[in-house]
Amino acid sequence: MSHGLVTMAYILASILFILSLSGLSRQDSSRRGNYFGMTGMAIAILATIVSGQVSSYGVLIIALLIGGSIGARAAAKVEMTQMPELVALMHSLVGMAAVLVGYANFLDHSNNLIGAEKTIHEVEIYIGIFIGAVTFSGSVIAFGKLCGKIDGKPFLLPARHWLNLALLLATFVLGGQFLSDPEAGLLPLGIMTAIALVFGIHMVMAIGGADMPVVVSMLNSYSGWAAAATGFMLSNDLLIVTGALVGSSGAILSYIMCRAMNRHFLSVIAGGFGTTSGGEAAEIEGEVVPIEAEETAQLLLESKNIVIIPGYGMAVAQAQHTVNEITKLLVSKGKKVRFAIHPVAGRMPGHMNVLLAEAKVPYDIVFEMDEINEDFPEVDVSIVIGANDIVNPSALDDPNSPIAGMPVLECWKSQACIVMKRSMASGYAGVGNPLFVHENTRMLFGDANDRLQALLKALQA
Amino acid sequence: MKIGIPKEVQVGEARVATTPEAADKLIKLGFSVAVETGAGDAASISDDAYRQAGAEIIDSTEALWNQSDIILKVRAPQFHPQLNRDEVELLHPGQNLISFIWPAQNPELMQRLADKQVNVLAMDSVPRMSRAQKMDALSSMANIAGYRAIVEAAQHFGRFFTGQITAAGKVPPAKVLVIGAGVAGLAAIGAAKGMGAIVRAFDTRPEVKEQIESMDAEFLMLDFKEDGSGSGGYAKVMSAEFIAAEMALFAQQAKEVDIIITTALIPGKPAPQLITEEMVASMKAGSVIVDLAAEQGGNCAYTEKDQVVHRHGVTIIGYTNLPSRLANQSSQLYATNLRHLLTDLCPSKDGNIIINFDDEVIRGATVIKEGAITWPPPPPQLSAAPAKAAAAAVEVKAEPKPPSVFAQLLPILVGGLALFGVGYGAPESFLSHFTVFVLACFVGYQVIWNVTASLHTPLMSVTNAISGIIVIGALVQVSAPALIVQILSGLAILIASINIAGGFLVTRRMLEMFRK
Repeated sequence: MSHGLVTMAYILASILFILSLSGLSRQDSSRRGNYFGMTGMAIAILATIVSGQVSSYGVLIIALLIGGSIGARAAAKVEMTQMPELVALMHSLVGMAAVLVGYANFLDHSNNLIGAEKTIHEVEIYIGIFIGAVTFSGSVIAFGKLCGKIDGKPFLLPARHWLNLALLLATFVLGGQFLSDPEAGLLPLGIMTAIALVFGIHMVMAIGGADMPVVVSMLNSYSGWAAAATGFMLSNDLLIVTGALVGSSGAILSYIMCRAMNRHFLSVIAGGFGTTSGGEAAEIEGEVVPIEAEETAQLLLESKNIVIIPGYGMAVAQAQHTVNEITKLLVSKGKKVRFAIHPVAGRMPGHMNVLLAEAKVPYDIVFEMDEINEDFPEVDVSIVIGANDIVNPSALDDPNSPIAGMPVLECWKSQACIVMKRSMASGYAGVGNPLFVHENTRMLFGDANDRLQALLKALQA
Repeated sequence: MKIGIPKEVQVGEARVATTPEAADKLIKLGFSVAVETGAGDAASISDDAYRQAGAEIIDSTEALWNQSDIILKVRAPQFHPQLNRDEVELLHPGQNLISFIWPAQNPELMQRLADKQVNVLAMDSVPRMSRAQKMDALSSMANIAGYRAIVEAAQHFGRFFTGQITAAGKVPPAKVLVIGAGVAGLAAIGAAKGMGAIVRAFDTRPEVKEQIESMDAEFLMLDFKEDGSGSGGYAKVMSAEFIAAEMALFAQQAKEVDIIITTALIPGKPAPQLITEEMVASMKAGSVIVDLAAEQGGNCAYTEKDQVVHRHGVTIIGYTNLPSRLANQSSQLYATNLRHLLTDLCPSKDGNIIINFDDEVIRGATVIKEGAITWPPPPPQLSAAPAKAAAAAVEVKAEPKPPSVFAQLLPILVGGLALFGVGYGAPESFLSHFTVFVLACFVGYQVIWNVTASLHTPLMSVTNAISGIIVIGALVQVSAPALIVQILSGLAILIASINIAGGFLVTRRMLEMFRK
């Protein structure tokens, strides 16, 4: 296959990837978008295989088959509640692949570049490996935090900013060494890789569980940049285009998540809460009024307009199916039931939507925060299922609260508010919540799924 | 403390300052309640009803004034014909009086009350804010006046309000024009609509258009840009051009409508004259005008206070005691307003009142404290016009960070320098790749920016699969001669293909779940 044809195939693949991403911005075109992506990928791989650059088909096909079947199996097996973990793990794979490709390219001496082109090529290898390694180790830590293998709390070393700076500086120095003598460059490259790995680990360790949506989308972005850097290294436009697409889309998602939490991207990356607040956050005083499932059912039967606010607690308890049963029952009794989703509910962007979709909740009764927030004064009952920070009124009225200024779902404005929670512990952000002692609030304590089952039974009775 | 409710002395005043229901609640707050005998008669409330609620009935007016710590009244104190002395003289130092006072119109009364060393809370001075709505007696009385205005009009109007087609012929519906859509105006609109009339309404404040339309009445638009909203939700005086345009509108409407209800008042000023003699003359015979501004001089040229007059075949009603003509209802609402005020005055619920000047509502209502005139209060902080408050808030928000020119230019400068550096040093082949890279970043930005939040997870997993494109990098290297390169590339292919297959398939699985 001629070089021209391969280039054409790459252009076609790039277009299909762009169409794929734009298709995914809307529900009705999203499936088509996914198929565009698959087609683009198939074209790109096939064109590369038949391009004449490839001769060792044996290794290639075996690797593709093994990898493909592992991926397919994982995709079929994964629980929807574990999506964040899967996504984080897959990011780490991209990072890993970028590191491997970078090393392979470095060790492959078949190209004959000289002068500035050679230097640029070396720089590209260096940067590509660095980004890949950071993505890899960061994603592994994010995966560990998401599945609970690593403590979700921010792990803060003293003088961590200086440490980061020192690591970056070391990277620069090693880079200079690497460029001055590329023949003996394997050692600096190896040390740099180790530093990059430490850097990635340290960065994600310092970020708290509530910030995970930002971290996941940020790592998504990094995996794209890693691909783009590889593209530069290999002078391959398809890789550059695709990497840049993924990188910028991840960056935008991170930005959207940061905006939803009213935090600066840098302060999330720098990690840890409480860096911005000046005074002491107000103490929460008041009495918690518990309620039983039977009373809750009574309350729901008397109301007309109900809003359900799911949070991470619903994902943990895998309660989405029970929620759907309750929703169906209430709708059949003529109630208006809607869902309100905060942009950072759960552990990755859009987490709650996926869970509700899995439970077959129709997506046209699922609303974003901005769409539904104004309606709360007309709502009879809002049910908060395992959410905390995203319904915290002190974000709006206590300037000293660590989450001050973060837009929240204003469920306390509804006539009544049922909060389902395991216990009175504070959320991931470690912030007390005045909602729990609000006069309209009733607390329904216990495991979300267990309580919702009881509620469903009471509603059916 | 003991609350005393005297019988009103004003001729034609049928209201009373408390009802048995309100008295019961006051007693629960820790007060004791004494009512002058016969105080509720005109409002169809018997002494027995008060007794059953736990109130004491006192025969002597003077004894009642003497014993009570708090006097609740409707009308401001005035000359008492039976006792032949002024009610002010019945007060003793330290006593509290709560009633309508109208301090602006009655400076002389204010001075006499102050000389008596008493505390006076004026129900007409309760500030107009959301928290004080429950004690806003002006609004509750205006509501009744508006309703009653339609009832009075109906009595003097010789036709149906509602249109009918009967065997005896077709009856056209009455056309009602309401001028001024405050509380009274809106109540009049509601009552007239309820009786089946066609209702039009006019107001100088454009923000009430929605309220008028929500009552299913027609808002008469004046093709003239001027906002008549004053502070505290009241109207202000308009420009001469505006008034001319307004008068032309009324002149034209007068020929068409059967009933005009006027409620136009400007605080502290005589009522504006809106319906001239010519307009009245141009009205159909049998038409009715009810002038709710009669107390302040009237909106109609022919209005006579407290009288019903006939001019050019038009009946003009100038009653000023419309709430009193619905005495039981207005007593109930007024008593409730008073009770809410007392509840706020008595935070510890022990039957003792505290005049707390930190409370904006109590501060506004208090016109005399311990003999010192405290009227007028500082202006209320909150306007009833929400649009303006919101606009002000936005302005405040925008102000704190005026971005300096340098801060705005810095990223552009840095970017420019970086581009210059790259362009200076890099070879041709790199630059073409760089072009592709930058353009692709922007394409990604444009494509992703509008993605719906519900699709963030599928988007992420599909971009994840797409970033498996790195497999291409491994593919082109897998055939290199060095074994180590082959091994590394092979591994990379394996890993990347996990990503590709896993990413696309899990996305498909997720997307299949989304359904309407």
